[in-house]
Parts: sequence; structure tokens; C-alpha cells
Amino acid sequence: MIDLLAHLKDMLSVAGLSGFEKPIREIVQKAWAPLTDELSVSKIGSLHGLKIGRGEQPRHRVMISAHMDAIGLMVTGMQDGLLRFTEVGGIDPRILPGQLVIVHGREDLPGVVVQPPAHVLPETDGDGPVAMKYLFVDVGLRPGDVAEKVRVGDTISFAQEPLELTGEALAGHTLDNRVSVAATTLCLEELKNRAHQWDVWAVASAQEEETLGGALTSPFDIRPDIAIVIDVCFAKGPGSSDWRSLPFGEGVGLGYGPNIHPALYQRFEQKAKALEIPYHQDLMPRMSGTDAMAVQVVAEGIPCMVLGIPLRYMHTPVETVSLKDIRRAGRLMAAVIADLMPETLEQIQWEE
Amino acid sequence: MTKTNETHTELALEIGASQLELLEKLCNATAVSGDEHEVRQIVLEEIKPHVDEVKVDALGNVLATRFGRGENRLRVMLAAHMDEIGFMVVKKHDDGLFEFERIGGIDERQLPGKPVLVGREHLPGVIGAKPIHMTTSNERKNKIETSALRIDLGPEIGDKVKPSDRAAFATRFEVIGPSLRAKALDNRLGVATLIELLKHAPEQIDLLAAFTVQEEVGLRGAGVAAYAFHPDMAVAVDATPANDFPHWDDDDENDRYNTRLDAGPAIYVMDFYTIPDRRLINWLVETGEQTGTPYQLRQPGGGGTDAGAIHKVREGIPSVSVSVPIRYAHTAVSLARLDDWAYTLNLLHTALGRITPDLLAGERRD
Repeated sequence: MIDLLAHLKDMLSVAGLSGFEKPIREIVQKAWAPLTDELSVSKIGSLHGLKIGRGEQPRHRVMISAHMDAIGLMVTGMQDGLLRFTEVGGIDPRILPGQLVIVHGREDLPGVVVQPPAHVLPETDGDGPVAMKYLFVDVGLRPGDVAEKVRVGDTISFAQEPLELTGEALAGHTLDNRVSVAATTLCLEELKNRAHQWDVWAVASAQEEETLGGALTSPFDIRPDIAIVIDVCFAKGPGSSDWRSLPFGEGVGLGYGPNIHPALYQRFEQKAKALEIPYHQDLMPRMSGTDAMAVQVVAEGIPCMVLGIPLRYMHTPVETVSLKDIRRAGRLMAAVIADLMPETLEQIQWEE
Repeated sequence: MTKTNETHTELALEIGASQLELLEKLCNATAVSGDEHEVRQIVLEEIKPHVDEVKVDALGNVLATRFGRGENRLRVMLAAHMDEIGFMVVKKHDDGLFEFERIGGIDERQLPGKPVLVGREHLPGVIGAKPIHMTTSNERKNKIETSALRIDLGPEIGDKVKPSDRAAFATRFEVIGPSLRAKALDNRLGVATLIELLKHAPEQIDLLAAFTVQEEVGLRGAGVAAYAFHPDMAVAVDATPANDFPHWDDDDENDRYNTRLDAGPAIYVMDFYTIPDRRLINWLVETGEQTGTPYQLRQPGGGGTDAGAIHKVREGIPSVSVSVPIRYAHTAVSLARLDDWAYTLNLLHTALGRITPDLLAGERRD
């Protein structure tokens, strides 16, 4: 049995910003090696794990896409030993002052994000939120040493250590979307004991937060017949209470909207009901904000499902998730995949 | 800026592993104003073998005396506040969420996205923020108000946390390069300094050490401590902001830096509460000059220390303040240079050893 918490903490201990996924990819590689038959790395840096099905050749293929890249910052310059930076992925600058970070220079340098005092800022920024371009990172070194160790373009990752809250809640940075990678690991583990017919391609995709690069290229390589995209979704909490948010820790989100093939939605909903896995419909009226936006339109088009793990405080270093929902997502994916028969593909049709 | 990371063999008191270990313990402990228990315990344990008298007074101050020897000893009070800025849980909501109030001067822009430790059991919680995806560009022009934030302790917190519990930032102490990175360096640096000074107390004076409470909410502990000690003079040892950042506009100069890192202990010439006794300022400055210990004069202006309360107690007590310059005071993560702390400790240690009754013999010179 995989220790979910240990697996997650392992993944949270490394960086892996969009376009710089190597450290996280190596950890996922290790976790997936015993659970898959083949592992490869795509040209853009996504990890592909193939678990061969029991069906006869040619077998159908289902792809699971869980992006592994993280949001973070990147050095744009330095002034008196303090670093200026920009964002990688979408970050509200208001959550940055006082955050612990690691600057990945010639060596890893622990630091902190600095909100300078009003008297060195333009008047417009003095008392309100300070724009990202006026913030600094301080690595605690003297200016000469900073210049030797850090260059423009170096990445900066969040360094907040994960915290275990009550009720199997975990808080930390980059739970978006390492929790979905973890759910995929659990799914692969469960499938070891299931005689699934289809080939299963697990993808830890690259660059979701910036370019959707992994989600565009991996399905082109793999040419799956259907795809399950798993990502985090909004959980109800402070500042997040409208229809877009699902209850925290009370079940997975089943995405519904134009990125999702309705026949796949139905299979997931029926399976969740049958197994009494709690879920909520996650309405995505225009787009899902996930890899599915890209996967869906690769080559001649791919039917997609979007599975969501509710998460509070998305894109902050204290994103909070319930381990229960990660397990539910892994179990539901495995159950749906184990049910895919050679003839199932014909049933994934538009009703006419 | 000078590069000063060569070793200092000249210092009488070195900051070694045991001093750093004590500072780490002090910084990682929580002692929000009004609930200084944890730091008080550490202080009592550390100083008991080194002092002649020690008591905890009505407000929770630790008052420790180490008597000198010989005639005409001046009674010299040192004060360092034990308390730190933090929070009090004020209302329970559903789903593991709690409303909270700030204690001490905390810029609310420093709150979103921070882990905290709640209550005596240090239960971990987080102050989250609305996902950027759900904010509008108009909304992002305004700061996030404290009233919109909650401490999240997870859905099964039950009755383990209740309104009235205190919370503090959860940052753990670390040494990074030549720097110290921790919460509450304001004023655990002062507390650690006082402990060291007690351990190496000079013989020609009576050393009266006050580890004070409630400084961050109005200098409350220091006044009664000074009354009880009735000293001849007092020195507040604290931490003060080093706002030594470049101006955003390259053509403009930052002329309000307060203090600078790497420039040594900051001697106060005037702050919001106190006009220090010139004799004591000179005593410290001369000590720095004559021993080659780096020091800086803190820019006159706002801010304040326990001296603000002490100097007006009884018939008046000649007072001065010395601070370690630190960056990012009153936030989750403050940063200081090890060297600045070492020089602060040594300046004070040397200065105390040079005190004679003549120091206060004349009138206050202005």
C-alpha cells in the first residue's frame, strides 16, 4: 500500500515550476516505476507511464492527465543584493509578502519575499497592495555574494512546509496539482489487482500553468481513445462560496461543460453512485481551466472527462486539501477504467 | 556596502552553537502579548543558575537581579520584551474556520497565505486567501482586509480551539548564510542578549534584568518593572527595522532607512516615546569608538522601546535604547545578520563593564 501522505510530502519537497519539471518528474518516475510497464519522457518534459491492458491487440487506450508543474516566480533583476521577480503561472501579488521561498541559483538559496516600506515605493503603492514589480526576494546574503550566485531567469519556488490540519486536511504549496498526481498513483496501484482490458497511459504533464504544453503534446504522442483529466477544483471556504465551489472534503468534483464528453460524465457519475463514492457536479459552463482544454482538441479530437479534487486557497502557499478526496478520486478512476471493455468505446457517443 | 564575513576573533563574547540554539528555541516558542508563558519558562530555566534573585511579578515580567561586589555600585536595569505580535481567535465558524484579531502592529497585507500555530498546543492552521481565479482586477487593487480572512484548522478541530486562544506565525528559525531568518526576532534577540549578559555580568554594578511583557501593545510590563527595580539607569535592548532598501526610482534616494544591516547595533538618539539621556548615548558611542565595535545611530523618528515607559517611572530614570537592526519586523519572517547581533551583545557587555558612578555624576547634558 502506498502511503499517500508520505508520497505527497515527497512530491512537495521539490520544486518543478512550469518548464522546469525535472525534479518532480524524477520523483513521479520513482513512484510509478513499480506500477507501470513502460515509462518515457516526452519531448516537452511530460512523464508517460504505460500500463498494458489484458485485452487483445489492438487495444484501446485511456489516458489520465495530471499536470505536475508548479506555479512560482522567476528572477528578473537585482538591486543592492535584493532580487526583482515576475510570476510563473497566475499569482495574486497580495499573497506574496512574507512568503518563504527558495531561489534556484547556482545553488539553492532560501529566502523571503519582501514588501518594501512605503517611503521607497511610488505613492500609489504605499498603503494598498504593492505591485509585484516592486516586491523583492531577500536571500540573506550580502550583495556581492548574491551577484555571484543568482542570475536573471533563475526560478524561485515556494518553500512553505506542508502542515497537517485536522480531519486529514493537508495545507501546503503546489497541492495544485501534486494531489492529482498522487490520485493517479493510487489509481495505478489499484489497477494492479484489476484485469483492465484497455491500455492505461498515465501522464504527469508539463507546463499546464503557463502554456498547456504537456496537454497538447502528450495526447498527440499517445493518441488515446478517451482521456481523464484530473486537477484541483475550488472548495468552499473564505472568499469562495458561490456555485463554483464544492464542499471541502466531501467528495470529488465531476466536471460538466463543453470540455467534457457527456457520455464520459455519465459513466463517472454512475460508477460513483454504484460505489457510493461521494461526488458533486462541478459546473464548467465555458471552460474547465484544466489540461482538458488542450487534450480535447488534439488531432481529430479526444473525448475528455474532468475529475476535480476540491482545494481551498488555490495558488497560495497554503492550499488546503482533504486526503479523503484524493483517495476517492484514485478509486473512482480505477473503477471506471476497470470497466472499460473492448466494445465500450462504441458506447461513448453523442445522443442523436 | 561593506562585506564583513571574516571571523571576529576580537569579540569577548562569541555567538556559538549554544547561543544560536537558545535563540532558536526562543524564536520558535510563542509568546503573544498577554500570554508570554512559553518564553518566560525558557528565560527562567536559563537564568536561574546565574542570578541572586528572581521573581515573576504581577504582570508576568521576569525580574532577575545579579548583585555585584564592592562599594558604590550603580543599579543598572536592562529590559528586553518577551512578547511578540500575533493573534487572538475571536469567533468560531463552521468547517474548522475561525475569525481572529491582530495583536500588536501587524500590517494586514502580511497575513494572506501564512501558516500559524494556535493555542498552547501549537495546533497548525493556515490563513488562506481567495483563489486569484475568483478575484476581479478591481478587487486586486485593494488590500485583503483581516475581516475577510480566517484561520483554518481543518474540519475536525472540534473544541480543541476556542475563542480566546492566541496564535502566532509558524515560521521556524533558520540560519541562512550570514543571516538569521525567523519569526519574532523582535525581540527574542533582545531576550537572548540579556540572558548572555546575565551569564557574563560585570562585578562593579548590580545588574537588574527585566524580561518584560506586553511591549507590543503599549509598553505595559516595562513601567512596573522599572518601578519595582528603582534603578539608577536603564537600557532597553530591542530590535529595530532596517529599512535599507533601494528606492523604486533609481534617481531617488532612500533617506529614511531607520537603520542598516551590517552596520552594527543601533543606538537611539530619539524615538516616538523617548529622548534618551545624552550621557548614556555618549557612554555607548564612546565604548564603540574606543573598542572598535561597529555601531550606528538609529535615525531619529517614530517607533519606541521599553525605555519609553521606563524613563518616566518614579522621579525619572536615565534611559537609552540599543537595538539589533532587523529586516521585516512584525511579519511572519524577519531577518537579521548574525554579526549585528554579536556586535550588539559585545557593545553592551563592554559598556556595562566600563560603568562607574561618574557616568551619572553630572547633570543630564543635552
